[in-house]
Amino acid sequence: MSQADLVVRSAALADNPQASVDLFVAKGRVLALVPTGSRPLPESAKSVDASGLLLLPGLTDVHVHLREPGQEWKETIATGLAAAAKGGFVNVMCMANTDPVNDQASITETMLDKAARSHPKGPRLFPVGALTVGLEGKTLAPMEELKAAGCKAFSNDGRPVADTELFRRALEYASDLGIPVIDHCEDPHLAPASGINEGVVSARLGLRGHPCAGEAIQVARDCLLAEYLGVPIHLAHISSKMSVDVIRQAKAKGAPVTAETCPHYLILTDEACETYDTNAKVNPPLRTREDQRALLAALEDGTIDALATDHAPHAAHEKETPFDEAPNGISGLETALSVTWGLVARGELSAKALVSAWCVRPAEIFALPLNRFQEGDPADFILFDPAARWTVTAQSLVSKGKNTPLLGRELTGLVKSVYVAGKNTLLTRESS
Amino acid sequence: MTWPHKDLLDVSQLSRADAVEILRAAKSFQEINSRPVKKVPILKGKSVILFFAEPSTRTKTSFDVAGKRLSADTFSLQKSGSSLVKGESLKDTVLTLQAMKPDAIVMRHNMSGAAQFIAERLECAVINAGDGWHAHPTQALLDAFTLTERWGDVQGKTVLILGDIAHSRVARSNVRLLTLLGAKVRLCAPKTLLPYAVSNWNVPVFSDLDEAVRGVDAIMCLRLQLERQQAGLLPDVREYSRRFCMTIPRLSKAAKHAVVLHPGPINRGWEIASDLADAHESLILDQVASGVDVRMALLHLYLTRKERKE
Repeated sequence: MSQADLVVRSAALADNPQASVDLFVAKGRVLALVPTGSRPLPESAKSVDASGLLLLPGLTDVHVHLREPGQEWKETIATGLAAAAKGGFVNVMCMANTDPVNDQASITETMLDKAARSHPKGPRLFPVGALTVGLEGKTLAPMEELKAAGCKAFSNDGRPVADTELFRRALEYASDLGIPVIDHCEDPHLAPASGINEGVVSARLGLRGHPCAGEAIQVARDCLLAEYLGVPIHLAHISSKMSVDVIRQAKAKGAPVTAETCPHYLILTDEACETYDTNAKVNPPLRTREDQRALLAALEDGTIDALATDHAPHAAHEKETPFDEAPNGISGLETALSVTWGLVARGELSAKALVSAWCVRPAEIFALPLNRFQEGDPADFILFDPAARWTVTAQSLVSKGKNTPLLGRELTGLVKSVYVAGKNTLLTRESS
Repeated sequence: MTWPHKDLLDVSQLSRADAVEILRAAKSFQEINSRPVKKVPILKGKSVILFFAEPSTRTKTSFDVAGKRLSADTFSLQKSGSSLVKGESLKDTVLTLQAMKPDAIVMRHNMSGAAQFIAERLECAVINAGDGWHAHPTQALLDAFTLTERWGDVQGKTVLILGDIAHSRVARSNVRLLTLLGAKVRLCAPKTLLPYAVSNWNVPVFSDLDEAVRGVDAIMCLRLQLERQQAGLLPDVREYSRRFCMTIPRLSKAAKHAVVLHPGPINRGWEIASDLADAHESLILDQVASGVDVRMALLHLYLTRKERKE
C-alpha cells in the first residue's frame, strides 16, 4: 500500500454530517476514508484541517456552454473552467454549439488543448460532439472521429433534431460506438424557443409562451425510441411535471433513459420573468411551482438522475434588450451548489439525492472519473462550508457570464477547496 | 392633483382615481378641439419625440396633433429612418434621443416590454403607444373616454371584445381598464386566438358570437391580421368572417342602443360588416376624435408633472 501524501482531517460527510472523517490520499487516488483519529497521520503527508466543512465527491456538470471557439466575448474555455472550479466541479462536459460547431476532430482537439493549457490541474474537460453536421439536423456527424478525439457524448443541443427518422439513425450509430446521446427535448414546431413558459405570466406580459407539452412530446418520442431500440438516451434540462411523468412511466417499463434538470428550475418560476427580466430568460423556460415540486420529487426518487447547470453565459449588452430579442441562458456554474444546498438546508431535497445527482449519477452515465471514496478512486473531492454566506454580484463571478436572475441574492454555502486527482485547484484553504 | 407617474406603460399602473382624472382632463381639452383656432400655449417649450418602430396612422398622428395643439414641439422618428436598421441596439437609440433632452418619448415597438425597457433607462417621461402584444394604454383610455361620452359612465355596462385576443395589446389593456372602471367585460374568439391562460383573466369567454353578443352594450371588434391565417391559426378569412364578423343582424341581439367600436385599421367585411362600420351605431370615428382629447390630457399630465411637484 502506498504512503499517503495528503490527509484531509476532521471533515463531515455531506450526507452524514454527524460523522467526522479523515481522508487519506496517495498519488492522486483515494487511499482510505476513516473515522477521525482512527488512523495515524504520516509525517510526510500534507495535512488539511477540514473541521466545520463538508466533504463531497467532486461535482460533474454534463451540460455547459463554454462558447469557445467563436464567441469568446461570452466565455472562453479558460474562464469557463475557472468558473467550474469555483463551483466545485471536477468534470465538465461542454456542448457542441460553438462556432464553428464541434463536428470534427480538430475542434475537439483544440478544445482539449486549450483546457490542458489553461487548467493543467483540472477541472477536466470532456467535449460533447455534434450529433449532426453543423447541428443542422440533416447529416450524421462523423461520430467515430469525434469519439477518437475525445468526445464523451453526442448532442444537437440548442437545435433539437425534429426528423425522427434521422434521430433514430443517430441513436443507432452512436450506440455502436458505445457513446450516449443527449437530447434537448423540444418540438420545434410546437415550442418555439421563446424563453417564457406558456401560462398566466406570458399571457399577461403579451409574450408568446413555450408550452410544457412541447418538451414532453419530444420526451415521449425519445422514451419510445429508447425502449424500441434498446439504446440509451439522456434527456437534457427537463423542466416540467408533464415530462417527469412520461420519464417515470418509461423507466418503469425498463426503457434505458436517463435525465437531468437544472438548479434554476428548482428555485425559480416563470414569475421571475414578470418584469421582463431577460436574465430569467432560458430555454426551456422557467415553469410553475407545480413543476418545481414534481422535479424535486423526481430527483429524490431517481426519476431524474442528475443535476446539470446548462451554464449559458452571455455578455451583458446581449441581455440588455427587450425580452423577445434577448438570447436564452443563465450563467450557472458558480451558484449551482449553493442554490441546491439551500434546498437541502430547507428540507426540500435530501443530501443523499444531492450527492447522487451532482456527483455520482452524471459520472456513471457518461463513464467519467468517479470518486465513491473507495480505495483507488480518483481523489476528486470538494470541501464545502455549508454556513458561509455570500451575495451573487457581477464582481463575485469569475465567469464572463454575469447573466443570472440571482444577482443581488444572498446564498448560503460556499465551495472552499476543489481537488482534482489530489491537487487543489482553488488553493484557498490548504495548509502544509 | 399631483400626477404620481413618470411613465405610462400600461393601465395596470393606474388607480381608478388616476383613470378618472385622465378622462376628466380629456373632457376639458375636448373643447379646444372644437375651437376655430385649435391651439393653446400650455406646453410651449416642451419637446416630445414620437418614436414609432412600427407602422401607425391613428396613434402617431393623434399624438402629433395633440402635442401641437398644446404648443409642444413634436419630432417624429420611424424605425426605417433610425439607426436601428443599421444594427444599433434599442438602448443606444433611446439614449441618443434622450441626450437631445426631450421631455417625453412616445414609443411604439413590436416587442412586448419594450416601453418598460426604455422607461427603466430614461429620465424623461415614456408613454407607451403600443408594445408587442402587451399593452396599448392610450387606446384603452380613448375607448373608455368614447364610451363615457356616449353613456355618461361605463359602470355596470357590458362590453364584448371580439376577435384576435391572444395577439392584441388593445384587448389586454381594455380588459384591465374597463374592469377597473366597473364595466363587465366578455371575450369572444376562436380558441386559436385566445391566450392559453385566459381562464385566469376572470372574464366570460365565448366561442359563439351570437351567444356572446346577447344583451351587451358595446362590441369592440379587433383587427384580424392575415398572418394569423398564414400561421395556421385559422382556416381562411372567409370562414373567420362567417363565424366572427360583426354585422347589423347580429347587433340586433345586443342591448338596445348598443354601439360598435374598432381600434382600426378596419378590414371591412372580415371583422366588421361595411354597412355596420358606417352606421350610426359605429363609434369608430368618435374613437379617433377621442384619441386627440385623451392624448392632450396625457401629454399635459406627464409633461407638467415635475412643475406640479415643485
